[in-house]
Amino acid sequence: MIPEIGHFALIIALCIAMTQGVLSIAGAARDDHSWMAMSRPGAQAQFMFIALAFACLAYAFLNDDFSVTYVATNSNSLMPVQYKFAGIWGGHEGSLLLWMLMLSGWGYAVSIFSKNLPLEMVSRVLGVMSLISVGFISFMIFTSNPFDRLLPAAVDGRDLNPLLQDFGLIIHPPMLYMGYVGFSVAFAFAIAALLSGRFDSAWARWSRPWTTVAWVFMTMGIALGSWWAYYELGWGGWWFWDPVENASFMPWLMGTALIHSLAVTEKRGSFKNWTVLLAIFTFSLSLLGTFLVRSGVLTSVHAFATDPERGLFILIFLLLVIGSSLALFAWRAPRVGLGGEFKLVSRETMLLTANVILVVACGSVLLGTTYPLLLDGLGMGKISVGPPYFNAVFVPLVMVLVVVMCIGPFARWKQANVADLVKLVRVPLIAAAICALVVPFLAEEWKLLVSVGLFMAYWIMFSVIANIWMRVSMSTRKGSVLDKLKGLPRSYYGHNLAHFGVAVTIIGITCVSNYESEQDVRMEIGDTISIGPYVFRFDGAQEIQGPNYTASQGQIYITKNGKFETILRPEKRLYTVQRMPMTEAGIDTGLFRDLYVSLGEPLAAGAWSVRVYYKPFVDWIWGGAVFMALGGLLAVTDRRYRLARREAEEPVVKKASSEADVDIKKGLGATE
Amino acid sequence: MARYIKFILPLIIFGVMVAFLWRGLSLNPREVPSPLINKAAPSFKLSQLHDFQVSFTPEEMQGKVWLLNVWASWCVACRAEHPLLMDVARRKEVPLYGLNYKDAPKDAKQWLQQHGNPYKLSVVDYDGRVGIDYGVYGVPETFVIDKQGIIRHKVIGPVTRKSLSEDVMPLVRELEKG
Amino acid sequence: MSRLYKSIVIFFIAMIISLLGMVLVFAPVYAKQATPMAEDPVLEEQVKAVSDELRCLVCQNQTIADSSAPLAVDLKTQVREMLSAGKTKVEILDYMVERYGDFVRYRPPVKPTTMLLWFGPMLFLVIGGSFLFLSLKRRSKRIASASASTLSEDESKQDR
Repeated sequence: MIPEIGHFALIIALCIAMTQGVLSIAGAARDDHSWMAMSRPGAQAQFMFIALAFACLAYAFLNDDFSVTYVATNSNSLMPVQYKFAGIWGGHEGSLLLWMLMLSGWGYAVSIFSKNLPLEMVSRVLGVMSLISVGFISFMIFTSNPFDRLLPAAVDGRDLNPLLQDFGLIIHPPMLYMGYVGFSVAFAFAIAALLSGRFDSAWARWSRPWTTVAWVFMTMGIALGSWWAYYELGWGGWWFWDPVENASFMPWLMGTALIHSLAVTEKRGSFKNWTVLLAIFTFSLSLLGTFLVRSGVLTSVHAFATDPERGLFILIFLLLVIGSSLALFAWRAPRVGLGGEFKLVSRETMLLTANVILVVACGSVLLGTTYPLLLDGLGMGKISVGPPYFNAVFVPLVMVLVVVMCIGPFARWKQANVADLVKLVRVPLIAAAICALVVPFLAEEWKLLVSVGLFMAYWIMFSVIANIWMRVSMSTRKGSVLDKLKGLPRSYYGHNLAHFGVAVTIIGITCVSNYESEQDVRMEIGDTISIGPYVFRFDGAQEIQGPNYTASQGQIYITKNGKFETILRPEKRLYTVQRMPMTEAGIDTGLFRDLYVSLGEPLAAGAWSVRVYYKPFVDWIWGGAVFMALGGLLAVTDRRYRLARREAEEPVVKKASSEADVDIKKGLGATE
Repeated sequence: MARYIKFILPLIIFGVMVAFLWRGLSLNPREVPSPLINKAAPSFKLSQLHDFQVSFTPEEMQGKVWLLNVWASWCVACRAEHPLLMDVARRKEVPLYGLNYKDAPKDAKQWLQQHGNPYKLSVVDYDGRVGIDYGVYGVPETFVIDKQGIIRHKVIGPVTRKSLSEDVMPLVRELEKG
Repeated sequence: MSRLYKSIVIFFIAMIISLLGMVLVFAPVYAKQATPMAEDPVLEEQVKAVSDELRCLVCQNQTIADSSAPLAVDLKTQVREMLSAGKTKVEILDYMVERYGDFVRYRPPVKPTTMLLWFGPMLFLVIGGSFLFLSLKRRSKRIASASASTLSEDESKQDR
């Protein structure tokens, strides 16, 4: 009964989404207020019904209802309860439902946090989002219904893929999907702007926080995915340039470009077309990612069970959504105004250059990901494009990007003086170069690549510090340095923190790829292996019984310089239902290094093959991403947005926002 | 007009991409065509499964069109194609040879006893070395080799009634003529 | 105390730590010591370098270095033997391509059909850069001519 309710809720949500989507957009076009008034309640009702459907599926999972096909294929009565819950999105159908829950959740959020937006704008935004929902809900109902019954019911489920039975599954997909889907808000704002023809900087200001929040989720989602792969797959890799990873990385790159472009559009009213196009691209890449992952056109480590019929459905949906929005763009964009003036050397130009590089980087990833498909489609043979290609292409692009990242923030809006710029950039550049040359020497083994990588990271870090120092010294605010620091707006700290995060990630990548070491050894009980100051002693393995698996658990006793450091217990599991072996690595996480041990195969008489890894600075890769995400959050909580919201509740909207502007100018000091 | 082109460009690029993606839906990304097609079949000298003392090399087949089928007793898909291979053997249109890939000879012999032996003879590729030379990656695989010892066709995975009657057998007949 | 101030302090501390950390961590680590458990660790490293670029055909999307599928193990053995027989990386890659096609290489060869792949990113960068430059120039020209006609209006706009 419950699954039928879920199915029914989906159908109702579909009807609501369709009605509301059409009414909202048509209402905005005809200026019909009674139609537009449907938007908010419509979006909220849609969310309620999707949430109901989700709750029904959750109920089926938690109560082991194996008469539901999806539950029977992705769960098992012995599975721990948290995985039963996460199992909801462990397969294709359920992950779509999660996707829909997030999409309608974003719509719900827009309907609540949009009190200061004109009704016309809200209607168009929610209308566009609902039409996207229509596509996804019908996709679910017609090709991938998670509530399909299995008759007769299975006695027990086929179990969730053991790779997925992990904490990572609980947290990674929801984060990532929040990001993917969150870009639909930016997309909807862009389409709304195209439909209405209104491209004022208010539009950029409205869509900016939404975009940033989506980007924050995406950043965290990707980082979590990388971290998950690192500890779960058992050989300590953290990025594989797999199509599925690329599918999430491309919208992230494009979204990063979008955030920077929005900054120009908001502040200076320039390059509106470009910003709109980026917003369309970003969400298009989210949709394209869905297609690549779910249609089976590419092989990937973690693709879903695929089906050409589904692929065709998504492709048609892609064609409708992206095709129509690009057509709309081609029609409307030529009439958009130019915006504020600026010279060739200016903050605007720097931001746009960064933009172009990010888009080129994204285009390169897209090229590499789809190239095998392209050649195969033309009948020109099969090739594989893997990490060696992507590294060769991506690293130089990042280097160029770092240069812009380090110079750009020193350039003034409208027009920058080249001589001043050189003076400002010089100090961090030289300091970074010296540090980058010296530090690897202290690491005993000097490597060119390490110096280059550290140089980039240090340059970014020093630039961030120099920039803050510059802003403080130029501040007109009275009081101590501390007061001046306090006077700087949060969005300014946000951008610096995010840039700082990039530097942290670069340090992590540089160190781990150049200094990591690996030992693949045969260990009898009592055998030791040492890496640097660490001595790993194998104390044998014992059989243990998990809830739905049996495992051999090894015990590795680790000392550092002769003193006890830690004990790691890597496991080799055999999941009972799918008879699938899994390695569960033992990891000791530290600020400067991870010790990573994974069990290979049992050899004779208690001996095992064991892989021991020493991974310096590996956690910095994800730590940097956390900084980036925090930076995004700081930017969103900037008083400019809070002010806009608070003041909007009072009647004089116009005046308030201009006051806020003045306030920001004061706060930003002379450079703005 | 030129001013508008740059606004239409994204749409055009997208259109091209969709065309490729649509094409991609009907392709199988996991099937890798062999680079050995139209090249000489790699030589080998291996013991026969049923008579260890006697070896077999592809050179013995000069002047004949023949099939080389890679199989193993542990291979599940081999069971599926087995009746079709028995059929090929019965019709005697083309000699069928087996390459017993990474298998224990004892198991292999038992498997043939149980399911029937369609092969003129099978050779033992115990460590899979010859398999690597032939670019074998998914057992079963079937090669069509012509009178000059050139590989003309390769079926990856189990042969089907369709692939036999539409690809393999017509090709064999054509090669017989030439 | 302001949170902002704290976060600045944390920046600086992280900076210093990153410098110090390198010194502390790396210095002792690369003091090489002897417990060679593998038969020939140097050879093994070369095997890894080669097999990192080879795709495991039976897996979804993995290198043969990372995979433990039987075919991947066989191919690694093959790589090891060829290396110890003095074959170079290029020779081994060619050997694999002869048997399994270009598909087996994760680094696609540079040839006519992959020109766009290899030079595409550079091409994108050139196109993107010149597009940006040209549109910036054209833009300032258009703004200049627009502001010449409505100078007073424009000034008030700029004020805002």
